[in-house]
Amino acid sequence: MMNCKSATQLLSQAQDRKLTFIESTSVKLHTAMCKGCRNYGMQMKQLSDLSKRFIQPEPRS
Amino acid sequence: MTAPNIVAPQTHDWTQDEAFMSELRQQMLKFATLQLQDASIAEDAVQDAFIGALKNQQTFGRRASFKTWVFAILKHKIIDVIRNNQRLVPSSLVQNDEEDEAGLEVWDQQFDNRGYWHLSERPTAWQQPSESAASDQFWRVFEACLEGLPGQYSRAYMMREFIGLSTNEICQQLVMTENSLNVLLYRARSKLRKCLQTNWIDKGA
Repeated sequence: MMNCKSATQLLSQAQDRKLTFIESTSVKLHTAMCKGCRNYGMQMKQLSDLSKRFIQPEPRS
Repeated sequence: MTAPNIVAPQTHDWTQDEAFMSELRQQMLKFATLQLQDASIAEDAVQDAFIGALKNQQTFGRRASFKTWVFAILKHKIIDVIRNNQRLVPSSLVQNDEEDEAGLEVWDQQFDNRGYWHLSERPTAWQQPSESAASDQFWRVFEACLEGLPGQYSRAYMMREFIGLSTNEICQQLVMTENSLNVLLYRARSKLRKCLQTNWIDKGA
């Protein structure tokens, strides 16, 4: 099975490109069993949303 | 019969509020300088953005909509400068492979030697990030975490997540391969994640 280091690298890249079928299958297999990487993956999306709100300050004030 | 004289409801003109404008200008300058790595080019971009916003002579009812508007203009100015000015790339941004390897080793300490999370480093779930986003304190932590990133990490991260450039465009601008950029973005996101985890989530704020 893919380790956490490789899984987190792909979870970051998933923000920038479409993962290949093999990559996304391996990541899904890994995150199904690894809560840490599952959280990491969700946080990548949350970071991206937060960054958008940071520069579009509408909801902030 | 004459047309009724329609008068727009009078709203506060934020552009006349000096304290607000000067704080906004500082925020914009900080953002533009981080992106452009050059204080005077950043100053020009901010000024252009203000002029662009004021030219329309709109009155903005809420501070937020004026802010959103000038930041949107600033974002476009920055994209223009980045796209049109190849000289912007400082040589320090060109990847040095030796440094890269050393950096990776330090970075990898969050994983054990088989590449699995150390127990203390394993990410825990973030509750209610949208509630955090409503808090000024959260944004101060977020800003501090961004500022804590090494220069080339934050520049790559901002180009990707703030400005929304594609990885191809960023590679051209920063003169690096896609692999190097992937590494930079991965480390930037991981550091930012960890910084928010430590300084916001774990403090139970």
